[in-house]
Amino acid sequence: MAEALVFSRPAALESVITHYCPGCTHGIIHRLVAEVIDELGVRERTVGIAPVGCSVLAYNYFATDFHEASHGRAPAVATGIKRAHPELIVFTYQGDGDLASIGMAEIVHCANRGEKVTVVFVNNAIYGMTGGQMAPTTLPGQIATTCPLGRDVNLAGYPIRVAELISTLRTPAFVARTAVHTPLAAVQAKAILRRAFTYQKEGTCFSLVEVLSTCPTNWGMPPAEACQWLEEHMVPYYPLGVFKTPEGGDRAPRPLEGEEGPCRTT
Amino acid sequence: MAKKLMKGSEAIGEAAIQAGCRLFFGYPITPQNEIPEYMSHRLPQVGGTFVQAESEVAASNMLYGAAGSGARVFTSSSSPGISLMMEAISYMAGAELPAVIVNIMRAGPGLGGILPSQGDYFQATKGGGHGDYRLLVLAPWSVQEAADLVQDAFDLADFYRNPVMVLGDGLIGQMMEPVEFRTERVPCKPLPPKPWASTGWRGDRAKAIINSLFLDPEVLEQHNRNLKAKYDAMVRDEVRFATYGTERPYDVLVVAYGTVARVVSTAVDNLREEGVRVGLLRPITLFPFPYEAVRAAARRAKAVLVIELSCGQMAEDVQLAVAGSRPVHFHGRQGGMLVSPEETAEKVKEILKQTGKEARRG
Repeated sequence: MAEALVFSRPAALESVITHYCPGCTHGIIHRLVAEVIDELGVRERTVGIAPVGCSVLAYNYFATDFHEASHGRAPAVATGIKRAHPELIVFTYQGDGDLASIGMAEIVHCANRGEKVTVVFVNNAIYGMTGGQMAPTTLPGQIATTCPLGRDVNLAGYPIRVAELISTLRTPAFVARTAVHTPLAAVQAKAILRRAFTYQKEGTCFSLVEVLSTCPTNWGMPPAEACQWLEEHMVPYYPLGVFKTPEGGDRAPRPLEGEEGPCRTT
Repeated sequence: MAKKLMKGSEAIGEAAIQAGCRLFFGYPITPQNEIPEYMSHRLPQVGGTFVQAESEVAASNMLYGAAGSGARVFTSSSSPGISLMMEAISYMAGAELPAVIVNIMRAGPGLGGILPSQGDYFQATKGGGHGDYRLLVLAPWSVQEAADLVQDAFDLADFYRNPVMVLGDGLIGQMMEPVEFRTERVPCKPLPPKPWASTGWRGDRAKAIINSLFLDPEVLEQHNRNLKAKYDAMVRDEVRFATYGTERPYDVLVVAYGTVARVVSTAVDNLREEGVRVGLLRPITLFPFPYEAVRAAARRAKAVLVIELSCGQMAEDVQLAVAGSRPVHFHGRQGGMLVSPEETAEKVKEILKQTGKEARRG
């Protein structure tokens, strides 16, 4: 009987041992990105940029050329690579501390310039590598090592919704939020990642895919429970969906109170 | 190419283009705005790309990305902006990336002022950013030399796989002088291929990883030692300096760099006419510093005078070079104030008077 190969490691992933904690969803997201790179046939012209954070060693896992950027600067580094070599497929892989805190300026302006790069934004609501400090995405009341009584929104403000924020920019882009805490979510996430990389391959626009992710170690719970926690606490605050497509234009402003229609400045 | 009358900033931009640079990432800051402005209109004419970044932090990290993918890249800024670039400069030194950074120094500290200064000597030559690294630092004294050194800077950066800084001041950026570009120039160093650049991995070379992270202390120490060997090679092979008026005997040796040396050269001419025996040594590379040349030249003088637009930074390197064998005097102006030839002459005469008294006492 002939054997059929039905599952194998993507060519875009190296055969190495992972350093990620047991139950961490980085591994799933790496795999989804690698599968998309393989399926689009762009592995040999892809350059990735690793952040500072848990995925700082991403360059060990992807079988593509890679840069390791300083904290938050991956979108600027991506800009430099893409402007030097427009034919390359350039993606950043960034966590929430990296992208939404120290790198907020770089991500907003990279998106606003419409750089034809893809950003994989992994949001696990905490600083992982440094040991569980509060992130700009940490949920209200969520305990972290720098907010031991839980995030106080009067002191730290509310968690930043990156996909929503980036989608307000006028420049055409593809912006979506997905998750990988269930098999169905992961399948959907891959379809969205594929769309994002395809937009880049076709030279259409900037793309950002936020992926809700778990951190069993720093959340202090077993992996299965962490997936449950993500579903119950993160998804309500960070709704999944497509927030912006390159075809979409301006968001229409809501009328001011007591006004008939949108405020005009003519 | 015929001589053209150009502003220093524009000559620096044109020199980069003549050196084959087709990418500029920058952010506006006075007094060097003419460089990004020039690049923004010239680069598209030659098929290049200009990006106005959101900050110097971003601009320098764009440089890190483009340099890592093998491109000749260039940015310019002025003192406060250079401080913001120190993050990426340290990363580029760590990841061994070639890039050219022009610092048109203005007076500090802090926001300081917008007029010329040489207050960033320590930052440029002693590291500047975090970690154990060096930049190759070139200091022009004329618009022509700025153009020449910018072209050389790209070759030196590629050869050593290290960021190179061209350290000018507001005068170099703003003054207009005739300049001629070496269009058919031979690179000042052999240009090695860049198999390490991230251009897409097809399996015909090792995977390119542009990185400054080495978690294993033994590996990082070896990396530090490799970098040190590179800096030692620069010290051995790249020292550049010029002298003025030292072919005749001199009693006072003035050491100055950049536009200050230009002022001092006028003072040397004037003093010689009065019969005062004075010479000038002008370091062109600030790292590597011409310690040997300063030591040897100082031995032929009775005293040494260092003049800078700072409170005395290069003066420390001159003291190291002279190592107590001659008295080292310092004269500095700060805050954007300049040194005049008359002021220089006065200082030289003061030192001579003092040295004479000491000689009589001795």
